[in-house]
Amino acid sequence: MTTDVKFYQVGSFAVGNRLLSRDLRTVQSEETRANALTCGHRACRGCGEALGARYALDTAIEATKGKLVVVNATGCLEVFTTPYPESAWQVPWLHSLFGNAAAVATGVASALRAQGREDIRVVAQGGDGGTVDIGFACLSGMFERNDDVLYICYDNEGYMNTGVQRSAATPPAARTATTPAVGPEPGNRFGQGKDVPAIAMAHRIPYVATATVADLHDLEAKVRRAMELRGARYLHVLVPCPLGWATESDETIKIARLATQTGLFPVFAAENGDVVDVTPIRHHVPVDPYLEAQGRYAHLFAPSRRADVIARIQAEADRNIVRYDLLGRRGGT
Amino acid sequence: MPEQLEGSVAVARTVARCRPQVVCAYPITPQTHIVEGLSVLVREGSLAPCEFVNVESEFAALSVAIGASATGARTYTATASQGLLYMAEALYNASGLGLPIVMTVANRAIGAPINIWNDHSDSMSQRDCGWLQLFAEDNQQAVDLHVQAFRIAEELSVPVMVCMDGFVLTHAYEQVELPTQEQVDAFVPLYQPRQVLDPQAPITIGAMVGPEAFTEVRYLAHETQLRALEVIPRIGAEYAEVTGRPGGALVSAYNMTDADIVVVAMGSVLGTLKDTVDELAADGTQVGVVGITTYRPFPAAAVRAALADAARVVVLERAISPGVGGPLTADVRGALAGLSTEIVTVVAGLGGRAITRPSLRAMLLEAGRGALDLLTFLDLDLPQIQRAQLTGAGR
Ligand SMILES: Cc1ncc(C[n+]2csc(CCOP(=O)(O)OP(=O)(O)O)c2C)c(N)n1
Ligand code: SF4
Ligand SMILES: [Mg+2]
Repeated sequence: MTTDVKFYQVGSFAVGNRLLSRDLRTVQSEETRANALTCGHRACRGCGEALGARYALDTAIEATKGKLVVVNATGCLEVFTTPYPESAWQVPWLHSLFGNAAAVATGVASALRAQGREDIRVVAQGGDGGTVDIGFACLSGMFERNDDVLYICYDNEGYMNTGVQRSAATPPAARTATTPAVGPEPGNRFGQGKDVPAIAMAHRIPYVATATVADLHDLEAKVRRAMELRGARYLHVLVPCPLGWATESDETIKIARLATQTGLFPVFAAENGDVVDVTPIRHHVPVDPYLEAQGRYAHLFAPSRRADVIARIQAEADRNIVRYDLLGRRGGT
Repeated sequence: MPEQLEGSVAVARTVARCRPQVVCAYPITPQTHIVEGLSVLVREGSLAPCEFVNVESEFAALSVAIGASATGARTYTATASQGLLYMAEALYNASGLGLPIVMTVANRAIGAPINIWNDHSDSMSQRDCGWLQLFAEDNQQAVDLHVQAFRIAEELSVPVMVCMDGFVLTHAYEQVELPTQEQVDAFVPLYQPRQVLDPQAPITIGAMVGPEAFTEVRYLAHETQLRALEVIPRIGAEYAEVTGRPGGALVSAYNMTDADIVVVAMGSVLGTLKDTVDELAADGTQVGVVGITTYRPFPAAAVRAALADAARVVVLERAISPGVGGPLTADVRGALAGLSTEIVTVVAGLGGRAITRPSLRAMLLEAGRGALDLLTFLDLDLPQIQRAQLTGAGR
């Protein structure tokens, strides 16, 4: 009598699983992965940005058969990878300034075009500060001209490299070094928000997508799709920062997942200005466990619970859920 | 064959003959005609292959140039005044990365008060940013310096500014002889970058450098600038051989025989100065003129040699360092250290104020009598200042 042997991992969708069928495996699970960002860099333990960058670039390298040039804005990713005379990069990599990565990438793409080497593709990358604040004009210019660049923003919701100050991507109520948890309204104030994926979509560029390090299959798929297209493309990746968010270093993935499950960070893709794909929330959770897990929101729970502030944050999550139909109530997308 | 051309058009056509592969620009008076001219040449296909990138700011213009140059493309841009200041962060970056970008600066005052006219405050404010700065005296020299700038930049792997006076040169029509395409091709070979972003041989450019190596990086940058003091005259001599016209030099000298007084100046005012000293010579007063063609690196030895026999030196400044005086004077003083030369500063022509021959003549005669203060403002309108002080506008 024979019995079916069940491999424990076959059913697992873990990114390292090599027992999945080829088309479901991640680039990262393959021994042929490029290791664009190799070991030895100085990122903190559990850094979401290091994880996101590695997955994104290895996928871009695979998609371009190694013909890739990377431009990096100033920020944690730049600093922790290139302490001279060392470099963790296995790709041609250029860092110029904090606020000009998009324009520098345009320059690289223009040069490649003039030289007839358009088979070589260009990725620009930076943190949220380098993207949505100081680099915003260059980014918008690059979008508007539809330059052949994929720009990846690794959003850790603050200026981490300089010691966790507030950026335009810092969420309301979060504590940072410049929005301290003191006074009657502790933490970052409630503003109008700066929805950069939506602003990117308003440029009607070929591709805009969001992703998180909680779903690395999805991140890889989005980079792959982006590299199939020409013109300006934008990928906004949520990358929790244990240091800045005051979270445990082994909780990075969990926190990122909670950000999507609450609706606070909607995951979607848009082509030519229209949403073409939304990742539905499978297990909807209220914002409380997401906030509670992070020291940057500690003032919302002690000395007393700030139900009013939490309710406002919940309202933002709910608005996202309606706007992107994250619970699939409208019946398919 | 000489042609009657606007300075900007002459420069645009000359730059095109140097075959840049990427040109990026953001408009600012009085630089506009240069980049407009280049955009036409690219569109009509006479400059190809070349990407002309219309950017959203000067900061982006130079950033695009940085990316293109690091990818091994010959790269050109142009700006002036507020635009140059808007680039400031990227200026230091381009030189720090050793990228041989060539940029025209159509010299213009800096606001406030906003003023579109010519002086040298813009490029002088960036004198320490690690770029070479060459100053043109007339449009022929502007044309010639641009061709040499590409050679110098690429040989040394440093960026070069070619500075030409806004309006006075950029918008002036005069006889100019452009080097032919054959001459330029012979003189400026294909660009061979020192290092380049290439997937076949990946390198990291722009790493973070700490205290253990930063001084050494800056030392090397200084050494490169000093090497430029040898490279510029050598390339100038080669240029003269190819074109039959004088090539770029460190300094120029005029009417120096028996001159007790020498005026030091840069840019288009040198023409007026030469006319003025000719007039004075006819009246029996000998005044020499030393023009600074290479302002960065500052050719201290050449300046010292040129001024060795002068008893009095007048430094004519087209910029001011408030609270100090003239920026060029400090360099000239340094070059003449240990000599007993009497050095005075005359600030003139700020924000487009015309520097006339009668004013220069009167000033030089006064200088000859030793009657000039350490710092003089040429043609200063004292009643206007008194009115401003009375109304409080001067405060
Ligand atoms: C023009 C300029 N302003 C400020 C800085 C200082 N600075 C360097 S990195 C950084 C924060 C980067 O934040 P972000 O882009 O979000 O990247 P992160 O470090 O969070 O990954 C700041 C403010 C700088 N290098 N240049
Ligand atoms: S501070 Fe945050 S973003 Fe920076 S290396 Fe540490 S975990 Fe990563
Ligand atoms: Mg950040």
